[in-house]
Amino acid sequence: MTEHHSDSYGVMGEFLTPEQLLNAAGKARQAGYKYISAYTPFPVEGLARAIGFPRTGVPLLTLLGGSLGCLGGFGLQYWCSVISYPINVGGRPLNSWPAFIPVTFELTILGAATFAVLGMLALNLLPQPYHPVFNVERFSHASSDRFFLCIESRDPKFHLAETTKFLQSVQAHHVHEVSNAE
Amino acid sequence: MSDIEPLENQSEIRRLEPLLEPGHTYASVTDKIAAVVLTRPPSMGWILGFSVSFCLVMALFVSIAWLMIKGVGIWGINIPIGWGFAIVNFVWWIGIGHAGTLISAILFLLNQKWRTSINRFAEAMTLFAVACAGTFPLIHMGRPWMAYYTMPYPSTMGLWPQFRSPLIWDVFAVSTYGTVSLMFWFVGLLPDLATLRDRAKNRTQQVIYGILSMGWRGSAHHWHRYQSAYLLLAGLATPLVLSVHTVVSFDFAIAIVPGWHTTIFPPYFVAGAIYSGFAMVLTLAIPLRKAYGLEDFITMRHLDNMAKVMLATGLIVAYGYAVEFFMAFYSGNKFDVFLAQQRLHGPYSHFYFALILCNILTPQLLWFEKVRRNIAALFVMSLVINTGMWLERFVIVVISLTRDFMPSAWGRYSATFWDYSTFAGTIGLFVMLIFLFVRTLPAIAIAEMRELVAHQSESGEGKS
Repeated sequence: MTEHHSDSYGVMGEFLTPEQLLNAAGKARQAGYKYISAYTPFPVEGLARAIGFPRTGVPLLTLLGGSLGCLGGFGLQYWCSVISYPINVGGRPLNSWPAFIPVTFELTILGAATFAVLGMLALNLLPQPYHPVFNVERFSHASSDRFFLCIESRDPKFHLAETTKFLQSVQAHHVHEVSNAE
Repeated sequence: MSDIEPLENQSEIRRLEPLLEPGHTYASVTDKIAAVVLTRPPSMGWILGFSVSFCLVMALFVSIAWLMIKGVGIWGINIPIGWGFAIVNFVWWIGIGHAGTLISAILFLLNQKWRTSINRFAEAMTLFAVACAGTFPLIHMGRPWMAYYTMPYPSTMGLWPQFRSPLIWDVFAVSTYGTVSLMFWFVGLLPDLATLRDRAKNRTQQVIYGILSMGWRGSAHHWHRYQSAYLLLAGLATPLVLSVHTVVSFDFAIAIVPGWHTTIFPPYFVAGAIYSGFAMVLTLAIPLRKAYGLEDFITMRHLDNMAKVMLATGLIVAYGYAVEFFMAFYSGNKFDVFLAQQRLHGPYSHFYFALILCNILTPQLLWFEKVRRNIAALFVMSLVINTGMWLERFVIVVISLTRDFMPSAWGRYSATFWDYSTFAGTIGLFVMLIFLFVRTLPAIAIAEMRELVAHQSESGEGKS
């Protein structure tokens, strides 16, 4: 059966409720599958943990963006007002930092938000117009009312017939083979 | 919030009405919301409304073109009223935008499930209101093509913006606000764009929504990072929205003009912004749910809650007015006292009394449940409050500037035709963008509605 692996991305089970999907994902992990992905029309609590994906890098990137915005924002104003073009107005301090706070604050938010959004997209490898899962016709329901669990062919335990049987055994409503061919 | 227990008391039961009428499934919410965009032909009402607002946008273009030709002298501004309608409208529009961020960010952090069906178009409202707001300072510059002077860039003159000026703070605050609101909106839209892509019937729709959805496939990994980013954005947008209107109030409060130079301005501006913003959400939500049959999603409970938020923020605004008066007399500063008297007896006192009527007296009717549950009354109330909030900014700007320290510097202000046509034009722009939005993007967050369906089926109600 291994000859199927080259043109098959994996096997996908279709479920009716998030509970069935969570249950199936847990069983798949127990059965020793490692390369599992799940597709749902809305975020399902605990699903990321169930398929073994505990942390995201988004918060760290956001912190980084915020710090850059903060330091960059204050640095910009300091440099403009103190170094590049200092104007002595009646002996008032050049580094009038309280007046620089609003812009520093806004740029902190701007940096953090930009990094959060672009970081989320980049880590998700989006934009990505093509993906093998789109080859499954029923997959259009993943953005509406169906829940999918995909066991990928790169999994060492993957075996087309066996994995299909496994998905059927965990109450998959339908099982689809995901072809790799475009 | 979502667990509903049977209660004996009739009014208690009514208060805990569902956020989503029972009987909906994942597919039915998806179908119903996506159909507005994908399959429903535009109704006569839509075409009519779009046409009227389109004409107003044309009026805006004419007004701006004439302004470019003749200069800001076509407006009623003069010395001492250098800003006039431009700043009144700017503050009014930016304030309206704030309810969108409040609904999408603050209510999200507070885990208020009732925000779900109104956050999408409230965020759209934010974006469009910010676009209208930004127009005014830009065209008031006289030479708008020099607008980039407000940005720090290495110019051949070796000059930099004055970072100690609230006007430059405003540039940064409003442009950050616009950018973050756009990103927040887009992130929220991403899963719904994928839904539209998957359900699109013709090639054009498939291509457009396909590009916009960036290949979103609802993978658990995607959702995990998505939720993290969304939560962070909500956390960032919350202080942002407070800071933006605080900075807007600094445009006034940092100046020494009597009636402006007060510490109550930031909180009372923020409350006023949310007040007018919720009024605008109601102004939009009431016709929207009616026109597209979305009463199941935007229920009486939503309208009731929004009315309560308006009542609460309206009371904060009333407190602000009271403190302004009190502090004027308590400080004993003769200019402040004089200004307070001018509000009551000066040449613009009718504006002040109209403001009190619209913003403080009329909204007290919202204490009555009968009024909060009367859709027509709420709609009228929302218009009254929006008018009142516009009057508030007019009173602040015009009365203070026409009655500052020296009688020799006093003046009068009246708007010209071009002031009104520009203002009406931005209302047209706002309405036209809303009309386009409801036809091209899902006006209700579909993915979040599906979550609501899941919650309801867990708690054993809804979902037959």
